[in-house]
Amino acid sequence: MVCKIPEPGMKLMEYQGKDLFRRVGIPTPSGVFATTAAGVKDYIAGHPGSWVIKSQVMMGGRGKAGGIKFADDAAQGETLARELIGKVLKSIQNPDGEEVKSLLVEEKVDIASEAYVSITIDRAAKKPVVLVTAQGGMDVEEVAEHNPEAIAKYWIDPAAGYAPFIGRRLAFAAKLPEGYRKAFPALLGALYTLFMEYGANLVEINPLVLTRDGRVIASDAKVDLDDNGLYKHPDIAEWNKQSPADEDQAAAVAIGLGMSNYAKFDGTVGIIANGAGLGMGTMDAIRSAGGEAANFLDIGGGAQAALVKKSYNLVTSDPKVRAMFINIFGGITRGDQVAKGIVEAVAGDDVRKVPLVVRLTGTNAEEGRAILAEAGFVPVETMDEGAARAVALAQGAA
Amino acid sequence: MSIFLDKNSKVIVQGITGREGAFHTARMLAYGTKIVGGVTPGKGGTTIESGQPVFDTVKDAVDSTGATHSIVFVPPAAGADALWEAHDAGIQLAVCITEGIPAHDMMRVCATTAGMRIIGGNCPGLISPGKSLVGIMPGHVFLEGNIGMISRSGTLTYEIVDGLTRAGLGQSTCVGIGGDPIIGTTFVDCLRAFASDPETHVVVVSGEIGGSDEEDAAAFIAEHLPDKPVVAFIGGRSAPKGKRLGHAGAIISGNTGTPESKVRAFAAAGVPVADRPSQIPELVAARLAKR
Repeated sequence: MVCKIPEPGMKLMEYQGKDLFRRVGIPTPSGVFATTAAGVKDYIAGHPGSWVIKSQVMMGGRGKAGGIKFADDAAQGETLARELIGKVLKSIQNPDGEEVKSLLVEEKVDIASEAYVSITIDRAAKKPVVLVTAQGGMDVEEVAEHNPEAIAKYWIDPAAGYAPFIGRRLAFAAKLPEGYRKAFPALLGALYTLFMEYGANLVEINPLVLTRDGRVIASDAKVDLDDNGLYKHPDIAEWNKQSPADEDQAAAVAIGLGMSNYAKFDGTVGIIANGAGLGMGTMDAIRSAGGEAANFLDIGGGAQAALVKKSYNLVTSDPKVRAMFINIFGGITRGDQVAKGIVEAVAGDDVRKVPLVVRLTGTNAEEGRAILAEAGFVPVETMDEGAARAVALAQGAA
Repeated sequence: MSIFLDKNSKVIVQGITGREGAFHTARMLAYGTKIVGGVTPGKGGTTIESGQPVFDTVKDAVDSTGATHSIVFVPPAAGADALWEAHDAGIQLAVCITEGIPAHDMMRVCATTAGMRIIGGNCPGLISPGKSLVGIMPGHVFLEGNIGMISRSGTLTYEIVDGLTRAGLGQSTCVGIGGDPIIGTTFVDCLRAFASDPETHVVVVSGEIGGSDEEDAAAFIAEHLPDKPVVAFIGGRSAPKGKRLGHAGAIISGNTGTPESKVRAFAAAGVPVADRPSQIPELVAARLAKR
């Protein structure tokens, strides 16, 4: 389990991932991307044969959720496409469900074998690590749990880069069927190029299919890009603007915060803190005081009044929020300025009023607390005290 | 004593005439840091208001001043280049304040800068209280003393240090190692340095959920630090289970990354874990008393 707060990243849909695959020369099935049933019908009418219709969603387990269908002619394709578009798919990984907005129509390949290959960042080793197993087409975590020796690993030295021997060695170590051997070293090289050039946190092909006619094809594509590298590829940064990976990220970006500076949870105490570490510490303090945080929000350095206001409105837009705790450690920023910003931000009639506890310490904190008290807020000196007050207010108001 | 930085360390500032660079240069000078110059390409030959010379390249700066330390305030796209330039010029320790350097750039930098210690990126820097500050930390929160501190975050570090200082527990060196996925110096690197510093009596490790740095630190403590008491805190323990980054990532780290795994690892190494930052001074005082 990896918690989502410290892990930024831009997840791509399958069709977007395959776009990148083709750019670096990784073979993908022939087909077309479609957003309407008519588009699916027209494509199959022009290309007779057997086709797979795959829902384009971020969630895992879409096959089991009924998001993948098979069509043998244009009419059937149109009917299935109509069924899928707008459908909400639910899986164990995503019980809330995700609406299908687009489809990928692909040739139905004649599968001889399914393998798995991925490259991800090993933070501790500070190197890209490649995983390969001959047991593709299934959940690789299950393979790791039940049959760990079936997974071959290699840590690539980023100073030296990729060389074909790495692919050969992994193919033998993972006991990939012979049909893979010729294509695999070049394919892994292309995947490594994609990983480094596009700054991916993860590139995964599962399954990497060997067809009965001897082709090696990426049947699925999972690509997760590092936000920090997106400036090198403005066209891909645009994709993200069109479809943010999740609602919290979209909400954060909309008010000018970083993508991972806001996340919504199930509790009743809203939180605004300056700094990610202090934000997490504040959530913990709320839990210690017997409450639950409604969110994580890191407002960053130098809390400007306009951003405080937008952040306040974002947090209180969650109807579960019964009280708010603003926790500011004034390091370089001055406490009196922060206090003025908070008073200004929350003064208007266009904000939902909830009981507000402000903890302010550091430079000029006393002056700041005086300003807050005068404006009718509850200023406190320590984080523990603030958390206790906020939890009491949230529970009292419930 | 202190680690990584003492009062005689000669420091240059990469990006000294930029907004952030200029602001923090003044603050570091006020703290007593030996800033011997800075670098801004195209402004070589000039001086900043307080008199320190500006150079066009890091090499010119090092050749003229004998600087061993550098602090980097450049935009993220120039971050890797700035660190390579520092390494090429013979800088021994570079503090990288810059936030948002691509992880892949940092992997390549870390693999190609042997001999130079990098702190960060995306970190608040390094301070040996009463001696020198190479970072953006608010100096007045700190007090000279014998507690070593290592942290992934900025403001949470100030929070913890503020508590220590109020309790009269001064610090030998505080290192903000940074919160990015790929960082130059890890908890283990800092623990190794504190291990051989007789003036550091207790070390506080302030970690966060995610990654396996804390587990690695716990394993290192169990094996190599029998005589140096350590106290830990892990931020984000109340975070609900979120989305996975990816299957492959979860496999590499196995069961590491969860708060439970980190607390368990520290407990197994005999390291008490504070539930709240406010408990840390008490835990530190208890460990000091047992010395």
